[in-house]
This record gives sequence, C-alpha cells and structure tokens, in this order.
Amino acid sequence: MRTLAFVLGLSVAGAPLAQESKVQLVNAPGKDKAQQCIACHSVDYIQMNSKFMDKAGWTASVNKMIKVFGAPIPESDVEPIAAYLAQHYGKAPAK
Amino acid sequence: MKTSRDALSSESRRRLIAGAGAVAAVGATRAFAGPVGSMAALGFAELPDGTLAEQTLFALPGKVPLIKKTFRPPNFETPVKYFRTAITPNDAFFVRYHLAGIPEVNARDWSLTVAGDSAERTLKFTLPELRKTLAIAEITAVCQCSGNRRGLFEPHVPGVEWGAGAMGNAVWRGVRLKDVLAKAGVKAGAVEVVFDGADHAPLEKTPDFVKSLPVEVALDPNTLIAFEMNGKPLPHWNGGPARLVVPGWTGTYWVKQLARISVVSKPESNFWMSTAYRLPRGLFKTPTFKSQLYSPNEPITTMVVNSLITSLENGQQIPHGKPIEVQGIAWDGGSGIARVEVSTDLGASWQAAKLGKDLGRFSFREFALSEPAREPGARVVMARATGNSGETQVEHLIFNPAGYHHNVIQRLYVEII
Repeated sequence: MRTLAFVLGLSVAGAPLAQESKVQLVNAPGKDKAQQCIACHSVDYIQMNSKFMDKAGWTASVNKMIKVFGAPIPESDVEPIAAYLAQHYGKAPAK
Repeated sequence: MKTSRDALSSESRRRLIAGAGAVAAVGATRAFAGPVGSMAALGFAELPDGTLAEQTLFALPGKVPLIKKTFRPPNFETPVKYFRTAITPNDAFFVRYHLAGIPEVNARDWSLTVAGDSAERTLKFTLPELRKTLAIAEITAVCQCSGNRRGLFEPHVPGVEWGAGAMGNAVWRGVRLKDVLAKAGVKAGAVEVVFDGADHAPLEKTPDFVKSLPVEVALDPNTLIAFEMNGKPLPHWNGGPARLVVPGWTGTYWVKQLARISVVSKPESNFWMSTAYRLPRGLFKTPTFKSQLYSPNEPITTMVVNSLITSLENGQQIPHGKPIEVQGIAWDGGSGIARVEVSTDLGASWQAAKLGKDLGRFSFREFALSEPAREPGARVVMARATGNSGETQVEHLIFNPAGYHHNVIQRLYVEII
C-alpha cells in the first residue's frame, strides 16, 4: 500500500485535469479495489470500454495492466476487480 | 403531402437495413430514434454504449472543445465539423497520449540527443542550432492514429474507442531527419532509428513509449523533425517543442516531444514495437517493416485509403427539390487520391466527385458532389476513395484484434422530406 500511496501522490503531482474527479465508478462491492487503476489512468477508460467485454476479457485487461504495465496490484485482487468490472461494465451474459 | 418521419415507408426501411448490413442497421435504428444533434453526433452511433454515455465535449488548455475520450492520459478526438477544410486547425487537432506523465517542455530548454551503436558520433542539438545549421523543410501531411474508428469495430475491441476524428492534416515545418542523421553519421550496419519522447509513465515499471522506424524511412527526405504546425509553434498537446513527422505512416510513429534519437544495428524490441501496434502478418497490403518480422504478426506501417463525409449528419432531413450536398475529405498512405466516387442510392450507382486542390500526396484531398433530391424518402449516402496505388476503401471490415485500419465505406442516412 505504501507503494500505491506513493504512486497516487506522483500521479496527482502529474497534474491530472480537475474534471477527472467527476468520472466515478459505480458504487458497489469491489469498487475500492478497482480504484487502484487510477494510479496510471482516469477511470473513464473503463466506461469507454463498456459494455462489450465478458469476465474473461476484463481479467485479461487487468492482467495486462499488471504484467505488461507493471501495475502494483496484488495477484489476489485480480479476481475481485475483474468480477466487479464484468458485473458493472461487462456485456450481459448470453441467455 | 405528409412528410413526417412516419412517411419513411416500411419498404424503404427494409431495403435500407437489408442492403446495408448489420452495422448500418444499428446506425439506422439509432439515427431515426433520436433527434439530429444528439450525443451520437459527437461521434458515430455504432460506438460502444459506454463510450457514447461517457464521452463529452471538453476544452483542454489552448484547445477548442474536443470529444473527450479519456482525461488521463489525455485522449481527445476532433469533431467532424473541423474536417470541412483540408487543413485541420491547431486548436482543434486531436490529442493522443499513452502515458500520463507529460512534461511541459519549454522550447528554450529543449534539446535533442542523437546517439546509438550505428551512429558515428553522439550529438546534441538545441532548437536554434537545428534552425541555424540545417535547411528548413515543409510538408502537408495527415497524422492519423492507427486506431482511428476503432469504436466502429464489430465486434468491439478494447482500446481507445475512437470515432472518425483521431486524425488531422497540417503543414509541418522543421528540418529533415536525414540531415540530422547525416551530422551524426549513419554507419553501414544501421537497421533502425529509435525515437524517445519526453513523456513517461507514472510507474517506473511501465514500458516507456519508444518507437522505431526502418533506417530507409528515417532517411526519406519527407521525414521531418517538425517544430511548427500550420505556421505556429507546435502546440504542447501535439508534441511541442518538436515532434517526428512521418508522412504516410500512422500516428504511432510520429513521436511527440522528441528527446532522443538512436541509430541502431538491432531491431528495437520494447513492448510498443514487439507487441503493440501490430497486425496479423499479410492481412493488409501495406509496406512490410522487414527488421520487425520475428513473430506471427508485423508492425502497422502506412495508412490505408480512406474518406470522410463532412457535410451531412446521420439522419439529416433535406427538403425535396434541394440538392444533397456531399462534401468531404479523402487520404491514403502517400500514393495520393486518384478519385472519390459518391453514391446516394446505397451503392447501386456511383458518380465521380470533383476533387479539390491538390496539397500533395500526403494531404487530405477535398471532394464534392451535388445530387438533386427529387423523391421524398430515405437515402443512403456513401463515399469511396481510391488512391493512385489502385487501393480502394473496403465494403466489409478487415477485422484485426487491436482495431486498426478501419476504412469501411461510410454510410450516412438522409431523409428527403
């Protein structure tokens, strides 16, 4: 968490636009973990990429952020974040 | 005579939908469901629902309101109305960044380092030194994001969900990259030239945005290090004080806030070259980046031929007796536009549009055609550009997982009332 706090501090110093704070994720269980995404980008990346990915798609996205981009997200958070994103920003399951 | 929306007969509706395919059917449904000028007017109705709901007009410092895709890193799209002229205004030019650390680089403090194992010597240039020592060069060229129109992919693919405005055309002024490289000296074994800008990621572990070009493209006299855009200093959001200009090649190679150039004997293998900005090999007939063929895919290179209708909005109503004015722009990867044909009957017949002034083979080329609208009813307007290379826009999407090279012939619906 210290690493994350440091990272958040840096990103704020990087002068994101004030308007960014108006973009909010859906209030629901899992949001707190998904908020880790803001270390590197505004969360409108998530709304923009909805609703067409399933849980596998969101899992791949979160894993890419960790493995390729080095996001300091614990391995144990991948599942809850992907589940949150799939539920609120994912495509409806096939019936 | 009754001329309400209900006058659109079920027969013409059926024809529209059957003829134009699934993507067009979605467009037709939405276009007729909402008033002209609704949110869909910020882009295209085929964009993902979440994109349509989230995007909004927002003005970055020094810019007019652009279509905000994401705030951080900033990704802002140019609304279609700014493409009604061949040159895109600086304050309306799209903004695209991968990494959120974007420093303000003062032109007085800027310097460019040229180095690498295939450079004879390491050099450092300031902006006045570049201007003083090298010949000034100028070119009109389109800068288009590889993923322009990604949001129109069916099925949707993840990424920045652009409509049609992740592009612009400008007069770029600077010095030739080949002249800069000549000062440093290019050794016989040079394979690629690598470019790094001043931007960086918030996290140290994130791969820095570094791109390379084949050495022959770097040495092409049209490849510039530009410090002016449309007669003004290069704007901050478009890579000031100086950026790379690679006419014909997609925007990913146009490295902004250029800081370091390396002439190298081995292919650059960072994430942005080896994994991102790649296409299944051989899917498009664009030039091959020969030193980067070490996996089943290959880097994207030049743009495919494309056009955009700028004079009409989807769902626009035109009184019968008035002409359907079809105007727009066309461009390709550098062969130049040979012709643009326009159809107002869903592709059953095509007429050659009149081409506007030729600003060079890398520029937008304006086109125009006026067609009388006699009978009330729905009409589908299409434009199809062909380059001097013989390449024509496609009828069906050439799908690729990263969402590049969308150049499907556009279909716009107008209603003659």
